[in-house]
Amino acid sequence: MGSQIAIMSWAELCGLEDIPLRGSRRVTLDTEEVAVFRTATNTVFAIQNACPHKGGPLSEGIVHDTAVSCPLHAMVIDLETGRARGADTGCVRTYPIEIREGGRVYIGLQAG
Amino acid sequence: MPQEKLVIIGAGMAAGRLLENLVESAPDRFDVTLFNAEPRGTYNRIMLSPVLSGEKTYQEIVTHDDDWYAGHKVNCRFGEKVLEVDRERKVVIGEKGDVPYDRLVIATGSNPFIIPLPGHDLSGVIAYRDLDDTDTMIDACQPASRAVVVGGGLLGLEAAAGLRLRGMDVTVIHLAPTLMERQLDPSAGYLLEKELASRGITILTGANTKEIYGDGKVDGVRLEDGTEIPASLVVMAVGIRPNVEVGKLAGLEVGRGIKVNGVMQTSDPDIYSVGECVEFDGNCYGLVAPLFEQAQVCAKVLTGQGEPEFSHSETATKLKVTGVDLYSAGDFAEGDNRDEIVFRDPGRGIYKRLILEEGRLIGAVLYGETSDGAWFFDKIKKAEFIEEDERATLIFGQSYAGGSPLDPMAAVAALPDEAEICGCNGVSKGQILSAIDEKGLADLDGVRACTKASSSCGTCTGLVESLLALKLGDAFTASAKKTVCQCTDLGHDDVRRLIASQELKSIPAVMQELGWKTSCGCAKCRPALNFYLLAAWPGEYVDDHQSRFINERVHANIQKDGTYSVVPRTWGGVTTASELRAIADVVDKFDIPTVKYTGGQRIDMLGVKKEDLPAVWADLNAAGMVSGHAYGKSLRTVKTCVGTDWCRVGTQDSTGLGIKLEKLMWGSWTPHKVKLAVSGCPRNCAEATCKDIGVVCVDSGYEIHFAGAAGMEVKATELLTKVTNEAEAVEMCTAVLQLYREQGFYLERIYKWAARVGLDRVYAQIVEDAENRANLVERFAYSQRFAQIDPWAERATGGVDAHEFKKLEPVG
Ligand code: SRM
Ligand SMILES: Cc1cc2nc3c(=O)[nH]c(=O)nc-3n(C[C@H](O)[C@H](O)[C@H](O)COP(=O)(O)OP(=O)(O)OC[C@H]3O[C@@H](n4cnc5c(N)ncnc54)[C@H](O)[C@@H]3O)c2cc1C
Ligand code: SF4
Ligand code: FES
Repeated sequence: MGSQIAIMSWAELCGLEDIPLRGSRRVTLDTEEVAVFRTATNTVFAIQNACPHKGGPLSEGIVHDTAVSCPLHAMVIDLETGRARGADTGCVRTYPIEIREGGRVYIGLQAG
Repeated sequence: MPQEKLVIIGAGMAAGRLLENLVESAPDRFDVTLFNAEPRGTYNRIMLSPVLSGEKTYQEIVTHDDDWYAGHKVNCRFGEKVLEVDRERKVVIGEKGDVPYDRLVIATGSNPFIIPLPGHDLSGVIAYRDLDDTDTMIDACQPASRAVVVGGGLLGLEAAAGLRLRGMDVTVIHLAPTLMERQLDPSAGYLLEKELASRGITILTGANTKEIYGDGKVDGVRLEDGTEIPASLVVMAVGIRPNVEVGKLAGLEVGRGIKVNGVMQTSDPDIYSVGECVEFDGNCYGLVAPLFEQAQVCAKVLTGQGEPEFSHSETATKLKVTGVDLYSAGDFAEGDNRDEIVFRDPGRGIYKRLILEEGRLIGAVLYGETSDGAWFFDKIKKAEFIEEDERATLIFGQSYAGGSPLDPMAAVAALPDEAEICGCNGVSKGQILSAIDEKGLADLDGVRACTKASSSCGTCTGLVESLLALKLGDAFTASAKKTVCQCTDLGHDDVRRLIASQELKSIPAVMQELGWKTSCGCAKCRPALNFYLLAAWPGEYVDDHQSRFINERVHANIQKDGTYSVVPRTWGGVTTASELRAIADVVDKFDIPTVKYTGGQRIDMLGVKKEDLPAVWADLNAAGMVSGHAYGKSLRTVKTCVGTDWCRVGTQDSTGLGIKLEKLMWGSWTPHKVKLAVSGCPRNCAEATCKDIGVVCVDSGYEIHFAGAAGMEVKATELLTKVTNEAEAVEMCTAVLQLYREQGFYLERIYKWAARVGLDRVYAQIVEDAENRANLVERFAYSQRFAQIDPWAERATGGVDAHEFKKLEPVG
């Protein structure tokens, strides 16, 4: 896992179907923009929506297996760990996600 | 000691198993009363599908008959629903009276979920849960009658297969892009879809049901996109919800299901619960294996034997459709610290994928060949460490386990001469080796030409290369051909050829049939495949927006700060006062920071917020402007000069021809971007001789140029031909564009395509072959019928991809 956070509360985001398969949605939590992804195999991930390279909006990238290719210069970010894959370095914050009854997607919010 | 009074609510599969365990270990301990809302005792619910298909009868699936209940002195209250539980008085209130209990077990299973669509309450709309539903379906099976199944999951597909076997005309409507997406990855989902389609079941994926219509009884189903499917029976199989009603009324702790601890006790220590109605540690279950385990734990606890504890474990899924072999177990999502092993045998329709995490098998998806399912599942449950050498052959399953791992070269060397290498063309190892010897072949193309091996589906290419290497040693260096990406050994030419010859019509189809090495591709191959499919099957292939780069997905250019730029089409570079006024208004209204003339004779509005895009487009559309595709691998600009309209030396109407070409070609998708220009005389003010396609007007007609560039490379165009009238000029330009669309590799500009295939080949196919030219023009016209839809209008007012432009609003 990337930077671990202490979860204080969960916020309901949407239904699973509201995120396109191999696609994403954006949400602003406090002041930070978060990208929420749904992979081909229906796993949902949430990460900080700013590429470690030059801040590109990762939500706009192409999703393949559990990674997203940044739309600006194609750095590949792993959705699970928040780390850049391959030779690149850099890391974004990850957020815990839970799928609850009726496929509702919840995001874990940080303490403080 | 007086018998303890045990009441069980629900006589489903979990309750049936509980009773069996009880009578086995403590036959006379309890005075049992068994309620069941269904007017019958326990039967094997999961075998309803074979009953539906006619492969079994109801009698064959009854597990507990009247004699059994009588023999074990169970008081049966079948056909009677429990209304409430009075915990204070410790009585269960049934429809026909009260029954006191000492201890109570709730085993009410789950309820099928019915989407509350308009018309869901019409007669002929049913769920698939019990014998009555099954009987209703069997009764509906009249000759030439039609059924719609909503939901392409396990239950829906079993229902569809059963109805089909009984002669119904069946359509399955499924929301997700592939079937059983919760149990299968897209590759396996594709194979399943292909198999069911071959049985005559119509499968509509990515389809959203809007309403069920009919007067009193169902007449059909209408989809979101307006399609109507007539049907006299609609089966909803979209999911289940734990049936917690009794627990809730009794005031027990209830989440998604009735909450229980590891000994199946609810928040009231005298009340237990087992089955699908239960929630344990956040998990609810929908398959029988864990429920049977719960029943066993509960029986032991009730009779005070040992200290059993229920614990969560993985479940495996099989589809019970005769002739379909499919198995899925564990967690099959990809992940950074996860590895996958993929095996595909397109010839036999086999796909297997194993998922490993930290050296342990955690998931498996098998299609076509599932005999090792249980063996893999066992490894998943035991979480045993897979040693390196075992791993090499793991995918080949149990029978192979323990065999020595094979180096591919050694494996090929070890094959007998008769071994078939190319299944498509029936070419053996011996034939290939002797062809290499006798004809002095040195490369793959040679082998393909002489033996046909590897020339059809191409999946034996690796084997053929190994044979070449075996025979020629260092003299053979595996073809330096560029593959599409690391997901495949095939190059762009193979992929394009095979999409056409094998009639592959979706991305999962390509990946399966061409043996892709990853399960869902990457950012390199997916956009390429999406274009190839679109170009090969206009009107048929459904564009996969998620396989497009962001600019093409939201029809604007992403900027470095995450905002977008918007470039409306300016036909031939000509605009009007009212268009300019509308642009000015949009800039003011949406506070757009920068307005700039582009190098392509049009106006760019830069710095538009993503959320504002649809509204910006709506205003531009209202003023008659459409997308300029400044973002696409598609037709970009057609630059023109003023020509005979105004210019004192102009020879032809260059502006008019430019506008004609742009109106004809806009909206088309191409391997890379395509830019045109038309100059009115050889002074060439529109810079036509450095464009992908350029026209230079001269006194005697039109010079048609192509394959120019002025980007990272600067290259003057080649002269294709000269024609005398405007119609011929349009025909030539169109034929060039279509030939490029059919032959270009993804991300190859026209000048690179022309260099690769050779200018002679282009002349031969366009200039020298009038019939071929006409066919190219015709194919282009056909594909434009589906392409010339303004993507801005579709999104501004048509609701396409609305999720792109709206942020989520968190609650809580
Ligand atoms: C806006 C514009 C610059 C301007 O302000 O004038 C522009 C802007 C970009 N160009 Fe360009 N090009 C623009 C005219 C050109 C021209 C001139 C022309 O079309 O006459 C060329 C040289 C001609 C040619 O294409 O050969 C040009 C050659 C390139 C290239 C190099 C292509 C090549 O094969 O060598 C790229 C990179 C690419 O496509 O891979 C590129 C890529 C880009 C991108 C898309 C960069 C990117 O990959 O994100 C820029 C997008 C900016 C945006 O968001 O709007 N742009 N670009 C021009 C838009 C024209 C239009 O109305 O659509
Ligand atoms: C067509 C079909 C195919 C399936 N295939 C498979 C398969 O291949 N593999 C697999 O593992 N699982 C399969 N399942 C799922 C499996 O059948 C269920 O998981 C299992 O039956 C659940 O057992 P249960 O005892 O919890 O609930 P149920 O078997 O549903 O029994 C609950 C019973 O409680 C009764 N009841 C509910 N409320 C009350 C009340 N208030 N008063 C009195 N009675 C009440 C109901 O009438 C019902 O008879 C299939 C299900 C269906 C419908
Ligand atoms: S020349 Fe380079 S910086 Fe300028 S618009 Fe084109 S791609 Fe962008
Ligand atoms: S900003 Fe993401 S790769 Fe450059």
